[in-house]
Amino acid sequence: MWENKVMTFRITHRTTYRYSEPVTVSQHASRMAPRCTPHQQARDFKLQIKPVPSLQSTRRDYFGNSVCVFSVQGLHKELDVTATSTVETKAQPKLDLAKSPTFGVVRGMFLDPVSPDLCEAYQFVFDSPQVRCHPDYAAYAQASFAADKPMLEGVRDLTHRIHEDFKFDPTATTVATPLDEVWAKRHGVCQDFAHMAIACLRSIGLPASYVSGYLRTVPPPGKPRLVGADQSHAWFSVYCPTVGWVDFDPTNDCLVGEDHPVVAIGRDYSDVSPLVGILTGGGEHQVIVGVDVEPI
Amino acid sequence: MVPARSRLLRDYRTAAGAFDEVQDSAGQVRPHYRTLMAELEDLGAEELQRRWETGRRFIHEQGVTYNVYGDPMGMERPWELDPVPMVIAPDEWKQLEAALIQRATLINAVLADCYGDQKLIHQGGLPPALVLSQLDFLRPCHGIKPANGVFLDCYAVDLARSPDGKWWAISDRTQIPTGAGYTLANRLVTSRVLPEVFRDCNVQRLAGFYGHMRDSLARLANRRTDDPRIVVLTPGPHNETYFEQSYLARYLGYSLVEGQDLTVRDGRVFLKTLSGLEPVDVILRRVDDDFCDPLELRNHSMLGVPGLVEALRSGSVAVANSLGSGLLQSPAFMAFLPGLCKQLLGEELKLSSVATWWCGQKSAEQHVLANLHKLFVKPALRSQAKGMPPGGAAAMSESELAELKKRIQFQPHLYVAQERVELSTAPTWIDGKLMPRPVAMRVYLVAGENGYHVMPGGLARIAPLDGARMISMQKGGSSKDVWVLNDGPVPDVTLLPRSADAIQLRRTGNNLPSRVADNLYWLGRYAERAECTARLLRSSLIRLNSESASSAIALLEPFLQTLEAQDQLPVGRAEAMLTANTEALEAELLTIILDDQRAGSLSSIAENLQRLGMLVRDRTSNDFWRALSKLSDTIQQSANSSEFLIGDAIVLLNQMLLDLAALHGLAYENMTRAQGWRFLDIGRRIERTIYMSSFLTRALSSSIADTPSALEAVLEMADSAITYRSRYNLMPHIAAVYDLVMLDETNPRSLLFQFRQLTKHLERLPADSSALPSPSHRTLIEAVTKLRLTDPMVLSTGGSGVAETLEHLEKAMPRLSDELAVNYFAHSAISRAGSADVGE
Repeated sequence: MWENKVMTFRITHRTTYRYSEPVTVSQHASRMAPRCTPHQQARDFKLQIKPVPSLQSTRRDYFGNSVCVFSVQGLHKELDVTATSTVETKAQPKLDLAKSPTFGVVRGMFLDPVSPDLCEAYQFVFDSPQVRCHPDYAAYAQASFAADKPMLEGVRDLTHRIHEDFKFDPTATTVATPLDEVWAKRHGVCQDFAHMAIACLRSIGLPASYVSGYLRTVPPPGKPRLVGADQSHAWFSVYCPTVGWVDFDPTNDCLVGEDHPVVAIGRDYSDVSPLVGILTGGGEHQVIVGVDVEPI
Repeated sequence: MVPARSRLLRDYRTAAGAFDEVQDSAGQVRPHYRTLMAELEDLGAEELQRRWETGRRFIHEQGVTYNVYGDPMGMERPWELDPVPMVIAPDEWKQLEAALIQRATLINAVLADCYGDQKLIHQGGLPPALVLSQLDFLRPCHGIKPANGVFLDCYAVDLARSPDGKWWAISDRTQIPTGAGYTLANRLVTSRVLPEVFRDCNVQRLAGFYGHMRDSLARLANRRTDDPRIVVLTPGPHNETYFEQSYLARYLGYSLVEGQDLTVRDGRVFLKTLSGLEPVDVILRRVDDDFCDPLELRNHSMLGVPGLVEALRSGSVAVANSLGSGLLQSPAFMAFLPGLCKQLLGEELKLSSVATWWCGQKSAEQHVLANLHKLFVKPALRSQAKGMPPGGAAAMSESELAELKKRIQFQPHLYVAQERVELSTAPTWIDGKLMPRPVAMRVYLVAGENGYHVMPGGLARIAPLDGARMISMQKGGSSKDVWVLNDGPVPDVTLLPRSADAIQLRRTGNNLPSRVADNLYWLGRYAERAECTARLLRSSLIRLNSESASSAIALLEPFLQTLEAQDQLPVGRAEAMLTANTEALEAELLTIILDDQRAGSLSSIAENLQRLGMLVRDRTSNDFWRALSKLSDTIQQSANSSEFLIGDAIVLLNQMLLDLAALHGLAYENMTRAQGWRFLDIGRRIERTIYMSSFLTRALSSSIADTPSALEAVLEMADSAITYRSRYNLMPHIAAVYDLVMLDETNPRSLLFQFRQLTKHLERLPADSSALPSPSHRTLIEAVTKLRLTDPMVLSTGGSGVAETLEHLEKAMPRLSDELAVNYFAHSAISRAGSADVGE
């Protein structure tokens, strides 16, 4: 098993909301079921919701993610959503980044007229609700992309530069921090790093998507693994003709491998947020999230 | 016969090169305008001016308004209508009609493809980027099949006529085609102001179109019922076209609701009414696409209905127009319609659009960059992209143009360029003369069972200045009714809704949305507050004005203290006023009338009344609205006059009391005894009890409480002096006076009378089936018992008990009000809960 570099994880993602006032009715949408990808098999998935929702339905969204829409209708002051899944991941086959098509060639493929075959990837070139292109981002990205340089080498270099130039700071931003602020202050969390990379790539005309998932944390030698100390993670994926989608993790300056189980893919965070809800009543609310990524 | 050159058109000078609607290039009146011009000629300039003024007054009384964002002069602006209609010949209209139906059919087909198979972007026909880059392409709505397969239920398009006389489409309204309500209002005004002209011109009637609209919406209902519940979803009274939303809702017989009035339960949309949740079948929305469902459409605004998209997926409710239909509103699509028409309908596009280049295509981008000076660049999609200012390239500096070029090159798909439109001109009544003004025409269509129906008419909009090219009601343009002529005489069709439908809808008594009940309740309270305040002030001013002014001061005490108790005077002010000189006292009383900055002043109460009246416009009669406007006008006139003395104030207060009586009378005589009326009356009774008990408490505690003049004041405040005299025929006696104003059940001003009414109302309101009385009911029973046990005779022997009862009542009323609010009006706010931040 190890020879094929296949990993199996049991992932538990628990979200608890506590409300100061009773909620009379709430509607939620969750995207927590891991996707199947060429590098990942989702074995089983269970979503437990307390109180039991009066209505629950699951479908695929436009990007192929599994989304569960549910509604809790009795008066409640607490909501508990626990997603458990088993996924098998394998490392991306050894990629020779230097053999990818040049940036110039790829860029040209995404200039008008674009082949209808590229439609699916093409939609990730454009602005999305949380990621807007800017000439400054283009200028920043351009340093990694000479026209004759293999495109994926350029992306690898950009990933590295973002990791170097931006400071990881969990206190600096929230899910609502706009990208231009991240850009100006050069700090953020994984979500901001991913958005930043996506903005840079789109600004030079390359299709890039946002990936939400998890990261297995390896405890320091001799220390036991802490249960529930993991977190949701995010990175980006870039489309390279002849190769397909390739994922990079700018927060950890690496190519994404078997330690990165994937949940959902979208244009930016707003397409894939794990759990959103609209509450009637509820007053102040408090959210507690616990994630556990356990190799088995 | 028509004179070759009419007097009205004597000074009418059309610009060279533009098409004029009324005159041909030789200066002759065009044939289809001849009847109209001849009749206007007969009326003469003076009469036309007079009619126009009547029309304006009518618009004002009807409260036809248009909200202008950020207008320091106040938000609502009266609707501007020009008295001279725009006339379209029958043949021309027939051609136009066919072209419009084709265009609507085409746009519906394109929408169906974008939200369905997407053959056009995968197999050619539409550049993928045009759809995929748009924020208005709502991915969560992809795959939802609307009722009857119709994505575009209502559609409007703006038309302009070029110098060669040909009509061009200048913009498509695919999401929320506004203006159909104003069109209806315009028609009512012009046909009233120019009745004989209207009759003689054989104008096609609009009523049929609204009938089609009603049928079309009813067919969307999924439930098998003859009486589907259809609601108009409004963003609220701050929206620019709120007037027409309530106007249309009332005309079509639908409930006007806000997002918070609706809730999704078990995958169905319900309306929150007084008697519980009622299923909704069809929503005619005036809320923008992505505002409609904060859960799925990613919008932080809370105007919509959480869960609506999921309800749409299940097909339990229909929304018109379908969510996501705003996609086709992008001007960029205009460049592709001719090709799409051939591809999808196998026909040539009959109605050309203004020449459009979407820069997302390389060739178009190059053309635009090379011809920037000749074209008008605007954003292709809803985005932060900035196009040209209204003046176009001519209004831009070289560096600004270079900047724009750079932006286009960086993200070409965000920009579209169009040829400038040369508008035709139409005769417009300005300062007693007809002048040519640029005009554009918005026309409306609605999907029928077998294709689209076109409204035989429309909304013509006039640019405020000659030579202007942009027309926007936001920027102060005026409008015209559009008269489409018929080949022969037109049968009389009433604009009133067909009675069968309307009566069915209005019979259900328990369907009042909670929010409307809330508004009516407060309308009742404010109306009574206005009346009580006016009475307090009038009685005070009369006493101040009397010959024995100095001795009257003590009599003023309870009046002023009551105003203070109701927060209409700052704390402690009543006492300060009583010791101040008469002039200062007088001045202070006058500011309570006219100072609208002052909380509790009569003019601020009148403002509140007007606001609440607007909110229940769809539930009340035109006369009711007129009476409300009259009240505001009465105050406004005094506020505008240069002098305002005690005498003027008393005249004003008398007039206001009459206006309020008219309002009460209309409510009493003209409203059905359904729950709407009940809440209006509950509000009124509660407010009256508050003021009466507050005043009586203070009058009774006064040191001169049992003097004849103090008792006279009590009778005056309770409007019971005549009754008293007819009964007792002697000097006011304290026990008899208080008996009359507190305990006489036949006196509509007495406290007990108020309670009797309130008890009746509360018993008839929907309640939980539990045996126990509700908290509000209990509060009321307690108050009534206390009052009934009071013996006014103790007053003459100096005993207590009466004052205690009055104090109890004064305190119980606000509690009763709160309890009613909890029982019937509670609409909790919604909020958003997201995931915790993503870390790592």
